[in-house]
Amino acid sequence: MKIDRRDFLKSLSAIGVSGIIGSSEKVFASEDLSGYPDRLGMLTDLILCNGCRLCEKACKEAHNLPPHKKPLEDESVFEKIRRPDDKFLTVVNRYTNTDNEEEPVYRKVQCNHCDEPSCVSACLVGALKKTPEGAVIYNEDVCIGCRYCMIACPFYIPAYEFDDPLSPAIKKCDFCYDVRIKKGGIPACAEICPVEAITFGKRSQLIEFATERIRKNPEKYIDHIYGEHEVGGTSWMYISGVPFEQLGFDMNLGIKPSPELTRGFLSAVPLVMIIGPALLAGIRAFTKNREQNSEKSEQKES
Amino acid sequence: MNEVNNKGAKSFLIEKLFMGMSLREYVKTLITPFNIAAGILILIAIPLVLIRYIKGIGSLGDASNDTPWSSLIGFNVLSVEALAAGGYTICSAVYIFRMKRYYPFVRAAILSAFIGYFTVVVALLIDLGRPWRLPYPMFYSFGVTSVMFLVGWLVSLYLLTQFLEFSPAILEWLNMKRLRNWVEKFAIGLTIMGITLAVLHQSALGGLFLIAPGKLHPLWYSPFLPVFFFISSIASGISMVILMSILSIRFFKDKIDYNFKEHLGELTISLGKAASVVLFTYFGLKIIGIAHGHNWNLLNTPYGYWFLVEIFVFVLLPCFLFLFGVRKKSVSLIRFTSIITIIGIIINRINVTIITFNWNLDERNYPGWKELLISVTIIVTAVLAFRWIVNRMPVLKEHPDYKRID
Ligand code: SF4
Ligand code: SF4
Repeated sequence: MKIDRRDFLKSLSAIGVSGIIGSSEKVFASEDLSGYPDRLGMLTDLILCNGCRLCEKACKEAHNLPPHKKPLEDESVFEKIRRPDDKFLTVVNRYTNTDNEEEPVYRKVQCNHCDEPSCVSACLVGALKKTPEGAVIYNEDVCIGCRYCMIACPFYIPAYEFDDPLSPAIKKCDFCYDVRIKKGGIPACAEICPVEAITFGKRSQLIEFATERIRKNPEKYIDHIYGEHEVGGTSWMYISGVPFEQLGFDMNLGIKPSPELTRGFLSAVPLVMIIGPALLAGIRAFTKNREQNSEKSEQKES
Repeated sequence: MNEVNNKGAKSFLIEKLFMGMSLREYVKTLITPFNIAAGILILIAIPLVLIRYIKGIGSLGDASNDTPWSSLIGFNVLSVEALAAGGYTICSAVYIFRMKRYYPFVRAAILSAFIGYFTVVVALLIDLGRPWRLPYPMFYSFGVTSVMFLVGWLVSLYLLTQFLEFSPAILEWLNMKRLRNWVEKFAIGLTIMGITLAVLHQSALGGLFLIAPGKLHPLWYSPFLPVFFFISSIASGISMVILMSILSIRFFKDKIDYNFKEHLGELTISLGKAASVVLFTYFGLKIIGIAHGHNWNLLNTPYGYWFLVEIFVFVLLPCFLFLFGVRKKSVSLIRFTSIITIIGIIINRINVTIITFNWNLDERNYPGWKELLISVTIIVTAVLAFRWIVNRMPVLKEHPDYKRID
């Protein structure tokens, strides 16, 4: 039997060292979000992507966003590295390939649908959720617009409608959850991609598939599936022919799920809440005694 | 009958609101340079705020996808909460450690904390995307895994305790004896609750950034962030008390009846001593923070220099200046040092929320004039509110009919 640390702590508190710690952990510590074995995922093969940006277009159509202003063939957009925003839930960027200047590399960016998302653990009203299918979705009806999810996301994904005065919302890729996944469909970008650079499927199978592809073409691919372990794993993964760091991927994220960064702090809070006042009252009683004693001794002296 | 009522109402107005003056006289006293400047600021800020509600937060031009939080959060929430720490610092000194000599200043400190936190709410009402949903995390939809959720709860509860702690002053002013005596019974409980909440939420403010290790510059990020925020809030609280006590004596001469002034020098010196110790601890922790993250090499970068400025000029220097002031019994040096400390704390909070946040992105916005102007106006309005209350209620003086607990 495998016991991880968290379970161990839970059972420890259940034994009754303190019922308080036990119940408070449930209230404040973050839930385990990784336990959906059949969750879906995506695999972007950066060797195949040719930068046609049809996925951007399909995404806009699926989400009723204003269409591109310039034709897709216009390459001037590539002059700047863009980030997803409230009008573009996904963007494709171009990077020069240092090995072969002739053949630039294109990278599609969107929410990676983390297995244990920072944004979900950060939202103070629970507007963001990880669904069993793997999508990280957003509920506009409770969002207060604090933008803490934007602070928390390690991939700089959530964008905000800063120009909407009364009903601004967070905008990010939702894996086409409402419009397609729920109806058994596949996300718009994966469907439209003409070169099959985006593969949709069960995450576990995608990992096998990617491993296989790398194994068969070791001279073509970097031996790494970005997203398999980063920040505890993401639903959206990438394989690439050039080192990931050259394509703006953050290679320093580590494999620890972000919610664990705050877990310790959150579970300490209820303790302080209980011990704090008792301690303060104790000190107060103590200083009172001391005061009286010193008054008494002063009286004696005089 | 009616007439009597009318008369009663009128004398209440004159007594309580105009401080015994007629409307004419009262309006005359209002025309001072400070008030005029404040009025102008407010007149500019109001349309800016209105435009924000018509055209969106983007109209202030500072927050963006790469700078999610600008000065309304970095300054009006994070920094102001640190500055409002004077309330819990003094309450602990007086009620927990029984340093009774600070007693005359307790109510003023609580009031400053209350008003400080109130301005935080005002800033949020401008900065949140949908401000009317501010109560959601309390009553409607709960994100219990979020540090922000915790901050929301702690700050709201703290605001409430500060109001209740201050309420005896309001009730004395309104002559509601029974209620006042009843509230006073809970005073100690409230104080203890207030201190606990303050300690927790000061740390929780630092805890907000625990989730973003890659995004906050490594010299500022640390698993100890909650501790950093907590300890530095004490230093800022003490400095605020040093500063506010002298300003009160300057500006509210006739509102003070404690023989506060004679002791002020001594009090300031012992506060300076405490501040020095706290700053030293804070400095030590910061150094441990760098060692813990193995970040020594980063010190030799532009961000590193800025970090060194923060911890040497605004932490270690005031630490020594306080010490020096205590040795030399120089009250004015201590006062001066408290200003450096306060600036340092503000710099720290702004560094964490704005300047070094998302440090590895190329393009970020820095607060522009519109948002800064709103930020400053909120603070100026708070000063006006503080003055309005101190002028009327028994804050710096004891109400003749009531004895306070100790
Ligand atoms: S990539 Fe960012 S927005 Fe998407 S799930 Fe992960 S933390 Fe959330
Ligand atoms: S902006 Fe909305 S979704 Fe993001 S953390 Fe705040 S309430 Fe949650």
